[in-house]
Amino acid sequence: MGHPAPLVAPQSGLAAALKALLGKDLLSHDFAADEDSITVDRDAIAAVMIALRDNLEYQQMMEIAGVDYPERAERFEVVYHLLSVTMNHRLRVRVTTDEATPVPTIVPVWPNAGWLEREVFDMYGVLFSGNTDLRRILTDYGFQGHPQRKDFPLTGYTELRYSEEDKRVVYEPVRLAQDFRNFDFMSPWEGADYVLPGDEKAGGTGEAPGKGAPTPMTAKEVKAADDKAKAPPPPTPKTTEKPEQTGAGAKANIKAAKTSRDGAKAKAATKPAKTPATAKAEKAPAKPRAPRKPETGGDA
Amino acid sequence: MTDSPYVKHHGSDMFTGYPVDTADTAGDQTVTNYTINFGPQHPAAHGVLRMVMELDGEIIERVDPHVGLLHRGTEKLIEYKTYLQALPYFDRLDYCSPLGMEHSYVLAIEKLLDLEVPDRAQYLRVLFAELTRICNHMLNIGSHVMDVGAMTPNLWVFELREDCLNFFERASGARMHSAWFRPGGVHQDVPEKLLYDIGEWCEKRLPKLFGDAMSLVIDNRIFKQRNVDIATVSKEDALAWGFSGPMIRGSGIAWDLRKSQPYDAYAKMDFDIPVGTRGDCYDRFMVRVQEVYQSARIILQCINEMPKGPVASLDRKVVPPKRAEMKSSMESLIHHFKLYTEGFHVPAGEVYVATESPKGEFGVYLVSDGSNKPYRCKIRPTAFSHLQAMDMMSKGHMLADTTAIIGAIDVVFGECDR
Repeated sequence: MGHPAPLVAPQSGLAAALKALLGKDLLSHDFAADEDSITVDRDAIAAVMIALRDNLEYQQMMEIAGVDYPERAERFEVVYHLLSVTMNHRLRVRVTTDEATPVPTIVPVWPNAGWLEREVFDMYGVLFSGNTDLRRILTDYGFQGHPQRKDFPLTGYTELRYSEEDKRVVYEPVRLAQDFRNFDFMSPWEGADYVLPGDEKAGGTGEAPGKGAPTPMTAKEVKAADDKAKAPPPPTPKTTEKPEQTGAGAKANIKAAKTSRDGAKAKAATKPAKTPATAKAEKAPAKPRAPRKPETGGDA
Repeated sequence: MTDSPYVKHHGSDMFTGYPVDTADTAGDQTVTNYTINFGPQHPAAHGVLRMVMELDGEIIERVDPHVGLLHRGTEKLIEYKTYLQALPYFDRLDYCSPLGMEHSYVLAIEKLLDLEVPDRAQYLRVLFAELTRICNHMLNIGSHVMDVGAMTPNLWVFELREDCLNFFERASGARMHSAWFRPGGVHQDVPEKLLYDIGEWCEKRLPKLFGDAMSLVIDNRIFKQRNVDIATVSKEDALAWGFSGPMIRGSGIAWDLRKSQPYDAYAKMDFDIPVGTRGDCYDRFMVRVQEVYQSARIILQCINEMPKGPVASLDRKVVPPKRAEMKSSMESLIHHFKLYTEGFHVPAGEVYVATESPKGEFGVYLVSDGSNKPYRCKIRPTAFSHLQAMDMMSKGHMLADTTAIIGAIDVVFGECDR
């Protein structure tokens, strides 16, 4: 006794029949988890479907699923699930494509492919040539982007709310009160393929990299960013709780006495040191009085 | 003829020779095709369905259903959750038959893991899947008859639906969103008294109340006028449009995944598949009515034959241990912690698992990359195929028949829009 999932008897001789029927359009056939799946030539999909329906008794097309593998050259898979009610068997048919290359439609073969193709188009942006009604289906009217793509963020780009001022629904860029938390459950003992913080000098273990999700930053980068963001030490608060903190004392007294005695001299010494800008700023309110000191010149 | 006011003005129609008058007279209205919106806020639309209908008088020329108003991105969300965390999303797909949705998903995971499930768990799942079917059909049958004008049966069968929800509550703690089916079995065992009560309910209360309610409907002249010969679907059309469940059986094809591709304990169950003869709305309705009795049969068999034993797999790498074990065993504690933080890893591969949900074939196409989260989880809703055939089915019918057709499709938008 194995798993309790629906029991489908394997079809003996299916591989040979498929090979004979589809010829060079059949790219590969594999049998895994009690399920037959074939990959076929994209441009021949409509003819393949007609052949499967009429010659191998796959009367029903239950489902079209898109799958996105961004690392592949042809990143999208379009997966058709066929069902034979007479042979009691299921068959998975797969074609690959990219953002620009259209897949021929199979609406003439099975009319219910219409909405399913629309859904794959809506979610992944896969084009279906020959589908005359390739509108979006599940997303909002006027939606942009293809949300099921792996590079589309989970939160999307826009959010909407009812605006009491405008008396209508308004769209705004999405704002999150808290960032989406994506935990990395990869255990460091199972061969994570990134350097763990603190392990920078340890060097590689020589093992093959594991399947862990890549961390967005290396430990070095994290440290550099931390250093950069490190704020200067907070200034010591200026308090006058003790007498010495006030600055009063013998030293200050001497200084104060000096200033009062040589007041005129100090004033004269500072005058030439003034930069024109400060001088101007200081002198500005005193402008009407300028004629009284014509010898200071510059300002007049 | 020359005295006729028609001929004097415009002569005769070029095709029929029948005199016509194209001039507007007071009080006359020129009837051309016009387009109306059915929904998205229509009580007979069974949810947020918007249909743009082109009408010629009261005759439907074309229907363009707009779906997606309840799209919540379930499939995208599932890609960011562990396998166990994704399970409750399935309750929220078809919220009228939540356990039926969970069933496909847990079976898909078990198939990828090649995980054995104890007998008692399989029986419990079958029992509750069938209870879900009754629960779902109560809602659909009731609202279908209400859509075509009968009020009383709906109130009566809702009482039965309430009983079902109470049973769910006693088993899982939740009336609707149970999250009770788990990969490897069910979450917890049911009390013995619950099985006894369900059995008694199936033997006494259900046949009596349901029989009473249906006696008001199935031979009713008005109900037949509204449903017989409405939206007739041939066997060929049913196959071509990807129909399943009561829709394909209503068209006379005895196709039931519980029989043809048995899962869980269905192989051991003895039940019949009701089929229709004409493929109209009345047949689909009657198929559902008969399925309720068949489901009750299966439930009674489950209760009578249910073995004792564990209700979930004892594979501790998938199914968390019970709390009592955790109090004494360090290993159980570790398993529990790992399963509820990281979750279990599913071997890379892909499966398409479809079960006979109350509405038809509900499939889950699960692609795993070997991590603890599904790489892709495509949900095959039943309503997508059925609703798409709305145009084909309602062409040439009256506007008022739309409600009967939608009622017989049994569409729920949580599942259709995902």
